[in-house]
Amino acid sequence: MGRLIILVLALAAMWLLLSGYFDKVLLLGFGVASVLLASWLAWRARVLDSDSVPAAMFPRVLGYWFWLTFEIGKANIMVMRQALAVEPKLSPKLFTVPNPPRSTVGKATFANSITLTPGTVSVHVRENEILVHGLTDELADEDALKAMGERVARIEGRPA
Amino acid sequence: MTMFVAATAAVIAAMALALIRAIAGPSLYDRVLAGNSIGTKTVLLIGLMGFMMGRPDFLDIALLYALINFTATLAILRFFSYRKIDDAPAAPARDGGAP
Amino acid sequence: MIGWELALDIVSWIVFATGGVAVVVGALGLVRFPDFYTRLHAAGVTDTAGAELMILGMLLQAFSPEYDNSWQIAGKLGLLALLQFLLSPVATHAIAHAGWMVGFKPLAGADLRYEGDGE
Repeated sequence: MGRLIILVLALAAMWLLLSGYFDKVLLLGFGVASVLLASWLAWRARVLDSDSVPAAMFPRVLGYWFWLTFEIGKANIMVMRQALAVEPKLSPKLFTVPNPPRSTVGKATFANSITLTPGTVSVHVRENEILVHGLTDELADEDALKAMGERVARIEGRPA
Repeated sequence: MTMFVAATAAVIAAMALALIRAIAGPSLYDRVLAGNSIGTKTVLLIGLMGFMMGRPDFLDIALLYALINFTATLAILRFFSYRKIDDAPAAPARDGGAP
Repeated sequence: MIGWELALDIVSWIVFATGGVAVVVGALGLVRFPDFYTRLHAAGVTDTAGAELMILGMLLQAFSPEYDNSWQIAGKLGLLALLQFLLSPVATHAIAHAGWMVGFKPLAGADLRYEGDGE
């Protein structure tokens, strides 16, 4: 029930943002109708679970995103230096890192964080580990990735 | 205003570079990657064009294009995973190759 | 005294310039890097730094007095940034995984050789 309310509020906010009309009764009526229809369909299809409405991650995930922004910035500078270098010093390699989060949302968040950081791309996600392709030795820092995984495990909230 | 022109020029230059990779290949996946990259830049281009013409309503189209670009990339990959891929490298497929 | 409008323009210029450099350098890496897996990283530069900085620049410009619905434009740009943040790594991972399943071998080591190759 809580997830349904969150979904209704999120959809209503999205409608208001995209339409921008707050005083036309007809348009607001259409908005209410479509929000309720979409929420009812989601409830009826029984897809309202921790995967579709990951409410347990908020608000801690916002702090994680803020931290991740700086990691992405640092990695971007390193990759851009390689792309501009006359003689790029690449040493690509494949390695595995453990995937500590328990929930599927947490696992997906960690894999996406790896891919989002330039210089590391998650190639194959298994149940408990991720195969990662690193661009250089400096960027493919296994300890840093392990620390990132533990950070995701801390913010993911209670297991679903 | 000039800043939008400069940003648009940068995006178009990057699109031309990505197009080189899309034409040169050599493999299907390089081309899909270049296509996805061009799609990302198209989203930026639509938004910048909207601001340049003084009509930021173009952002609705940019939002839609971002969603379509993502779906199209997955659809192309899914389509090709059900066919034999002829320009894959000579290395033998592991994991049984494409299903 | 510098008006806030001018300050906004200056900050936007800096953000757009950084974003433009990131977009072009990412595309340059896409052309220059030696194999499929390394090119993924170059595309990542465009998808993260380039796209997000450009969106940030547009977000700053939305508050210039030219537009009377600044907050709606800013909200849409925020939504666009969030979508880019959530969807681009999924697309990149899908491409990487598809290539991996078909049996692409990555170049390995500082001398960029395929594993198992002789001299």
